[in-house]
Amino acid sequence: MNTIDKSMALTGQPPQNLTLGQKLATLLGISGLGILLLAVFNVSFPNKGLWLSISLAAIILGTLWFSWEAYANKIPGIKNDGVWFKSISSRGLWGWVAGLALTGFYIVLYFYPEYLGLTGDGDNKGVIALFDPLSKLLSGNAASQWFVYGTLYTVAILAFGIKFLWKYRHNRYERLRTMSVMFFQMAFAFLIPELMARLNGHKILNGGSLPYYDLKNIWPLNYYNFEGYRIKAFLSSGNIGFALLVFGIVSIFVITPILTYKYGKRWYCSWVCGCGGLAETAGDSFRQLSDKSLKAWKIERWVVHSVVVFVTLMTTAVIYSYLGNDTSKYWLTKSTFLIGVGILLTLIFGWIMLFKRKQLQKDAQYGAIGYFVIIMALIGFHFFSGEGYVFLFKSETLRKTYSFLIGSIFSGVIGTGFYPIFGSRVWCRFGCPMAAIMGVQQKLFSRFRITTNGGQCISCGNCSTYCEMGIDVRSYAQKGENIVRASCVGCGICSAVCPRGVLKLENGPLEGRIDSNQVLLGNDVDLMSLVNQK
Amino acid sequence: MEHIVIIGNGIAGVTTARHIRKLSNKKITLISAESEYFFSRTALMYVYMGHMKFEHTQPYENWFWKKNNIQLVKGYVNQVNPEEKVVTLSDSTSISYDKLVIATGSKPNKFGWPGQDLDGVQGLYSKQDLELLEQNAPNNKVCKRAVIVGGGLIGIELAEMLRTRNIPVTFLVRESSFWNGILPSGESQMINEHIMEHHIDLRLNASLQEIKPDENGRVKSVVIAETGEEIVCNLVGLTAGVTPNIDFLKDSDIELGRGVKVNRFLETNVKDIYAIGDCAEQHEAIGNRRPIEAVWYTGRMMGETLAQTLCGNPTEYRPGHWFNSAKFLDIEYQTYGWVFPEKTKMDNEMHFHWRHPHKKLCITIAFDQSTQIFLGINTFGIRMRHEIFDRWLTEKRSIDHVMAHMADANFDPEFYRTFESEIVSKFNVQFGKNIQTQKKSLKRIFHIA
Repeated sequence: MNTIDKSMALTGQPPQNLTLGQKLATLLGISGLGILLLAVFNVSFPNKGLWLSISLAAIILGTLWFSWEAYANKIPGIKNDGVWFKSISSRGLWGWVAGLALTGFYIVLYFYPEYLGLTGDGDNKGVIALFDPLSKLLSGNAASQWFVYGTLYTVAILAFGIKFLWKYRHNRYERLRTMSVMFFQMAFAFLIPELMARLNGHKILNGGSLPYYDLKNIWPLNYYNFEGYRIKAFLSSGNIGFALLVFGIVSIFVITPILTYKYGKRWYCSWVCGCGGLAETAGDSFRQLSDKSLKAWKIERWVVHSVVVFVTLMTTAVIYSYLGNDTSKYWLTKSTFLIGVGILLTLIFGWIMLFKRKQLQKDAQYGAIGYFVIIMALIGFHFFSGEGYVFLFKSETLRKTYSFLIGSIFSGVIGTGFYPIFGSRVWCRFGCPMAAIMGVQQKLFSRFRITTNGGQCISCGNCSTYCEMGIDVRSYAQKGENIVRASCVGCGICSAVCPRGVLKLENGPLEGRIDSNQVLLGNDVDLMSLVNQK
Repeated sequence: MEHIVIIGNGIAGVTTARHIRKLSNKKITLISAESEYFFSRTALMYVYMGHMKFEHTQPYENWFWKKNNIQLVKGYVNQVNPEEKVVTLSDSTSISYDKLVIATGSKPNKFGWPGQDLDGVQGLYSKQDLELLEQNAPNNKVCKRAVIVGGGLIGIELAEMLRTRNIPVTFLVRESSFWNGILPSGESQMINEHIMEHHIDLRLNASLQEIKPDENGRVKSVVIAETGEEIVCNLVGLTAGVTPNIDFLKDSDIELGRGVKVNRFLETNVKDIYAIGDCAEQHEAIGNRRPIEAVWYTGRMMGETLAQTLCGNPTEYRPGHWFNSAKFLDIEYQTYGWVFPEKTKMDNEMHFHWRHPHKKLCITIAFDQSTQIFLGINTFGIRMRHEIFDRWLTEKRSIDHVMAHMADANFDPEFYRTFESEIVSKFNVQFGKNIQTQKKSLKRIFHIA
């Protein structure tokens, strides 16, 4: 048994092989997926409603059965035994297989929906047709590839959500948070928009049609919310449509800042958001795969904030493109809009630079200044250029590029497809502009922090290992510092896995929130004041 | 440029090196035979359990040492020569120093049991011990049963580790109840129950008589002294405490007791040689502390202190209020101040104990019977705020104050159920008082006027 190498990549075996029940559960779940796969290959099922129900039930029950076998007979507590020995959760063969399968699914979904049975005109075929009965039941319309995706997404959050509830049944924070994401996915992302579609053409909407609207999906995560066709649809749907449009604006400019101030961005990222919801449930087995290196953090900061700039430019350009020039027709014209955007960005930039500059690292300051100058120059460009071109590019080019690069490739193919390789929050960490905006606020202006419990840290590294956002939590905790990081989504797992009760997510006064002093309680008080002299 | 050589890259040595670097540009050399880079010893168990890989136990990325100009040497120091100010490694290279810091930690105790050096008998302290365990007990086919000798913190960790691979464990505890040399009886009893709940074969009042070999010189079985019972096993874990790892100093002029004798400035009897961490032994104990404290936090605090001294600011080691923590399987334990078990507590030390009717939660609070001053708390399954208890101890608060403001001290995650009212009402009944619990106050907790 001389299998030990210097890297200490211990070749231990999983603590337990699969139980008989888990093998049967796997069979059940796979057979559910098998039905879907057969449908993809145009096997025609006689009673689609029945077979769809069987398939989804098999997937859900298989997952639940498997998890029940894993956790039911265990004493409540941390359940990470063997995580790094299992192929699926340690980038082993099964991890890569799952990653490739998911990635493949996303590529087909986004770019080749015809393989799923989308026909453009005429009746659906394939797996999309299998979902027709459910779609008709909810919205009255035939299914689309997005309905199939939405259903499977919801199924995943519900089934793996229950698994998560069992796994963390000793931890009420985790349980409540998970029930919350399960609720928001089921109600807000799935049922309500489908049912709202039934109102289309109704007199309550003045005969108009609402766009598909997941109310909790806030711009800029929902980057298309203010595109021309949606604005038209909102405005043609009576008071309800108008109210929804106002809600869309209020949710990013009023609701989000208030809640982020009070609770940190976790109110959204790990209590409400669907992307976060999937990461926390189906992605929970992969959270330890995130990269914790300093290098990854540097890349993260540049990439995610660049996406914010990109989405701001793109949205500005798109709105600009459908506004008119004549103030007598409508008060909001191209020029007033651009000036408004310019003023808003200047205010934010000025506030941060005047009052919060000390909390930004040098490279962050340079980045902010650089991007601010670029945006302002591009806005200025409008006043010197001809019709159609804002920001050097046609707005449509910007929109399409964003939708392809960020909306599809980044959030879907890489963000979710690569769960088993890069961890569960790649999108949230490197790509999500909504998370980035709330992150800036969380870092600079929020009551939220993770409090470090005096000197109790033993530097074991469980917190850092299980941080899905790749935050090196330990590097703060072992110095007695609180953790105040823009990227923290407040999932609470660092606190849960800590064996010494060192970490607590809490909301408290801004004063003393970021204490960069080494407050290792336990040592001589005079010595500590000496250590902290800089 | 002054050259500071540190033997041992554990928490004590590394903390010293880091703080010297913060304060100066002295040349620093860290010598270790155990591992290339600093890792957290307390986390080794999680590597075996599969919660982490070994590299996750390393608190600093590998570039950290070069960037901070801390030179790492992998080697075993055989000899210290204070006259020439040189240390010699086992490969005969020698390194000269201006100041030498001994931070070599501990090694597992062996009390001369017959068979204690057989194959399959080991302690659990170092990275090498973990590698050995991976060979001795990779799974429950190779290791059909393990016997652990010694009911302390490492013993229960080893039991937890082995159980994650479904290896049957017999746990020999010499005392009548787990760790009752440290814990009051109520707490000790609760941990007994929890150990058995994890299907660990707990044997109280059981000490090791001998370890018997098979024909290949591997462990075959152990014999319990009290009953004569023989237990067949493939692994014996010796976890009856640790002792300073200082054998290499025996022929030097450095004064040794059980550990390296140091004064309050952490200086040995030899000029320019210091000792810190597990291996240091105070001439006189500090307060209620023991002369040798093999505790993570002590190593860290001594490292901070010594760095000041070495950088021209002579500083006594003056630890603050005692605190510690551990985890017994699923139950977290924290302690602030002093709570002694029934056997060793002073007459004036009164205890108040509360235990949840069915969950594995309990606390014990010690206070002075005559002055009513709060002395300390042990808490199991309920996290408490270090800063608050540290403050209360400094301010010499009364037990009544602590009881009334318990909510401020709670450190459990948000939404957890709290038990302050149950705890206080039991206290009121037991001591005939009428203390009202105060609501949690952020102003008090964060010290805002």
